[in-house]
Amino acid sequence: MQEGRVLSTREMNRDLLRSILDTPRWFWPVVTVLGLVLLIAAIAIGIMVNRGLGVTGLNRPVAWGFFITNFVFWIGISHAGVMLSAILRLAKAEWRRPATRAAEVLTLFSLMTAMIMPIVHTGRPWRILYWVFPYDFARGIWPNIRTPLVWDPSAILTYLTSSTLFVIIALIPDFAVLRDHTTGIAHRVYSVLAMGWEGNARQWKLQIVAGVLLSALILPVFVSVHSIVSWDFGMAASVKSWHSTVFAPYFVVGAVHSGVSAVAFALILLRWCYGWQDYIRHEHIDALGRLLIVVATGWFYFLVMEILFGMYGREPDELMVRQTQFTYWPYNAWFIVFVITTYFIPVILWLSRAWRRNLWIMSIACISVNIGMWLERFLIIVPGLINKQLFTFVWADYRPSIFEIIIVAATFALVTMLMLLFSRVFPLVPLYDVKEGDVLKTQVQIGRRTVPATFRED
Amino acid sequence: MARRPILGLFDNANSAADAGDGLRRAGIPETDVDFLTDTPYPEGAFGEREEPHKLYIFPFIGALLGLTSGILLTSMTQVAYPLVTGGKPILSIPPMAVVCYEGTMLGAILFTVLGIVFESRLPKLKAGLYDNRITEGYIGVLVNTEETQHGEVEGVFGQTGAVDVKKQ
Repeated sequence: MQEGRVLSTREMNRDLLRSILDTPRWFWPVVTVLGLVLLIAAIAIGIMVNRGLGVTGLNRPVAWGFFITNFVFWIGISHAGVMLSAILRLAKAEWRRPATRAAEVLTLFSLMTAMIMPIVHTGRPWRILYWVFPYDFARGIWPNIRTPLVWDPSAILTYLTSSTLFVIIALIPDFAVLRDHTTGIAHRVYSVLAMGWEGNARQWKLQIVAGVLLSALILPVFVSVHSIVSWDFGMAASVKSWHSTVFAPYFVVGAVHSGVSAVAFALILLRWCYGWQDYIRHEHIDALGRLLIVVATGWFYFLVMEILFGMYGREPDELMVRQTQFTYWPYNAWFIVFVITTYFIPVILWLSRAWRRNLWIMSIACISVNIGMWLERFLIIVPGLINKQLFTFVWADYRPSIFEIIIVAATFALVTMLMLLFSRVFPLVPLYDVKEGDVLKTQVQIGRRTVPATFRED
Repeated sequence: MARRPILGLFDNANSAADAGDGLRRAGIPETDVDFLTDTPYPEGAFGEREEPHKLYIFPFIGALLGLTSGILLTSMTQVAYPLVTGGKPILSIPPMAVVCYEGTMLGAILFTVLGIVFESRLPKLKAGLYDNRITEGYIGVLVNTEETQHGEVEGVFGQTGAVDVKKQ
């Protein structure tokens, strides 16, 4: 697991700070195009707020559609950060090093994007404050903490705060590197951010302990977030196929599946954009591919269990939803696409070492997973609602309007743009972590072979 | 005599460790010597002293405060708008547990971060003796000692192959 050539610290600084110190020619044109997409989405949101949710395809009883599907999808992507950074740090997996920062930052931006979706979905975003925060002293109306819709913000805000702090703490030593490599206003800003970091033994010890301690503390939050998001559905007794005990672990594993795939794809893009071949190497993408086989298979097990338990009780309402998913056009087609793209295409590709090391094939596999995982959320939400349920007196199908399609498409542009802007001011590959891996790396002679070895400190 | 810092720059870890040994032999107390690096070396790589810290206390204090805030928030909002649902008690424990759990974890993490900053002695408002080459891979051996001992320290730095010596 130690491929690549030996690099000096000077070379590492030069390569990994390239995205900050030298703006590539493609950077601003790409950001401008992404900005235009966001502008179109902002206009769409403005029209929607002005005219009401009638401009969307939402109706009674399908009150949740593209926006909530997209909310769950981005929450899922956000699980990559803790999976790669915290779990692999605690497991002392050496190959995690170049991937951690990008995963953590993707967590932040996907969480922020996810939080936008329910706010947009409410139609009157300013009113969401009454439901979430205990502040409306004048009218004495308080958040109803008995509903999962209030547990959601508490979990997501905790996760967002924790992840942000996790990223900032790990950035302090890299701010010091930037402070020492910049001049003028940039130097002053990075000096403030570095807080006088000088890299003495005490600061490094605390930094290492902090990494482990924060990883251990964020891990339970990570599990709770998607569990609680799943309870938005699982606690709803009135919607058949949602009221499922398996939803919490099923959602968590699914989130890791889509999140890690997204990070693998993001790393491939970063390698290509910034020429980081010496840092994001084939061995790292290969390791992510092997990890994803396990995660995907775990997820597939939960999918089968969810369907099996749903149908085994033979409740008419539940069977009706399953019938919609499996036999009604277009849901049956989407269901086939969902299962093939989420499990069969990527796992077959990941089984081959040569394919795991082919970045084009890995990109296709990772994009395939995320197409499938988006469809998974859609197929949970919409078929569950379009059938007549216990407390509904009408039923209707759902077709998303152009407004929903534009806003959902723009969220992908938003996350990409935020990642690019981040890479313009902060290093997306953690300098000190990569350098530490280099310090701990050596080669040992065993018989007639020289093999790579890594010293690990407890 | 005033205590003033002196910094020796080394281009490899072995020379820096030799300098640490030399300073100890010269009678410079361990507490006066610091090793500045751009990456975490294994603890004790330069023969430096072990750094005690109390970071582990912080998450416990934070968790306790977070749990208390969670209990207060959930119970007070329910009592403030006492809506009886299905004849169940106003203070419903299972949903309270969710918000209390998140409050506990948030408190623990916030206090851990405060603890990291505090225990790392950050922010350091007054810049000490430093050299930008440290983030280029050089290792700085910073000695904060009496000016009368600076000659001896410079001698140790010279013998162990310092590429540069700086004084404030």
